[in-house]
Amino acid sequence: MEIGKNRIVVNSLEIMVMLNYLWGFMILMGVAYGAVNGTLPEVTEAAVNSSKEAVTLAITMLGVMSFWTGMMKVAENSGIVEAAAKKLKPLLRFLFPGIPANHPATHYIAVNFIANMLGLGWAATPAGLKAMSALKELQQSRGVGEGPEKGTASNEMCVFLILNISSLQLIPMNIVAYRSQYGSVSPAAVIAPGLIATAISTAVAIVFCKLVGSRQVDRRPKI
Amino acid sequence: MNLLNFLSNTIVPLLLFYIVGFGLLMKQNIYDDFLTGAKDGMKTVAGILPTLIGLMIGVGILRASGFLDFFCGTCLSWTKHIGIPAELMSLAVVKIFSSSAATGLLLDLYKEHGCDSFLGMAASLMLSSTETIFYTVSIYFMSVKIKKTRFTLPGALLATLAGIAASIWLARMYAM
Repeated sequence: MEIGKNRIVVNSLEIMVMLNYLWGFMILMGVAYGAVNGTLPEVTEAAVNSSKEAVTLAITMLGVMSFWTGMMKVAENSGIVEAAAKKLKPLLRFLFPGIPANHPATHYIAVNFIANMLGLGWAATPAGLKAMSALKELQQSRGVGEGPEKGTASNEMCVFLILNISSLQLIPMNIVAYRSQYGSVSPAAVIAPGLIATAISTAVAIVFCKLVGSRQVDRRPKI
Repeated sequence: MNLLNFLSNTIVPLLLFYIVGFGLLMKQNIYDDFLTGAKDGMKTVAGILPTLIGLMIGVGILRASGFLDFFCGTCLSWTKHIGIPAELMSLAVVKIFSSSAATGLLLDLYKEHGCDSFLGMAASLMLSSTETIFYTVSIYFMSVKIKKTRFTLPGALLATLAGIAASIWLARMYAM
């Protein structure tokens, strides 16, 4: 994990560089457009007000997110995550037919999926990275991923990431908190339709993986 | 629709009941666990506050200068023809790269159009049902030195598109 952590640092630096330009663009463009448009007083006001507003929002978030992460810690420590991960195994056998029974990768993938469903980002990422390295070992044990194929993802890695990105979070508590801060009549109204939208995107991801993944033979990937 | 609202309002209490009940059944120190978790949550929020301030200033300046209106009205007006309002289009594109920048846009959209409007609902759903594709892909693949990601990006983009389409469809139902 220590090595993995360093790599995350390196990588979040790359993301920061991207955000560097995005944020720079926002400020420069805003000021330049404001100068042309004659809205510089509004720009000044917005800069001051937005920073105040961010703090007000953070106070609401401090309450709601602490409540939620506290509850989820209770769930995690009482073994709900582990128990749910076990129940997920049959589904994982369907999604990842190439992973042998009792391979450690299955366990890490299950923990990652459950943690994502509960919105436990801090538990999801370490399990996800362990899953990736277990999948890498599995790939090497097949004698794939070396020589010209070095650095090529296996089917399982692709499927794992696509499902991860399809968003598995069941309850978007942060969005509920934003909505309550910005005066929604019913902040929680987003939960059930959010569940449906997440289910649809995940279902599409599963169908895609089944259609494409089964056609691609892992042993000799096209380069 | 009533059923959906009923679900939205009952899932959280039921979950709380289940978690606390299960924790007690397992003879856990649930209150201590809660406090530990809550502390983590506070740290997380305090940690993202600078990001939030930075990006809300960015979006705030863009909005106040009139650039956002110009951009959504002129540059993205074509997106109406494919059924996606310009505001949602820019939100979707930003979310692919950065979750916090998308949050800045989401809050701006709440202020301009209201949380419970069609746009507010659609944006809420979009951010709940999509992930930051490039961030996730790079973190996970870099950790095992994978460069050729094969069918990951097409699949991830397709799933994201499905999430966006579903969000807009569901928000239309709510707006009616």
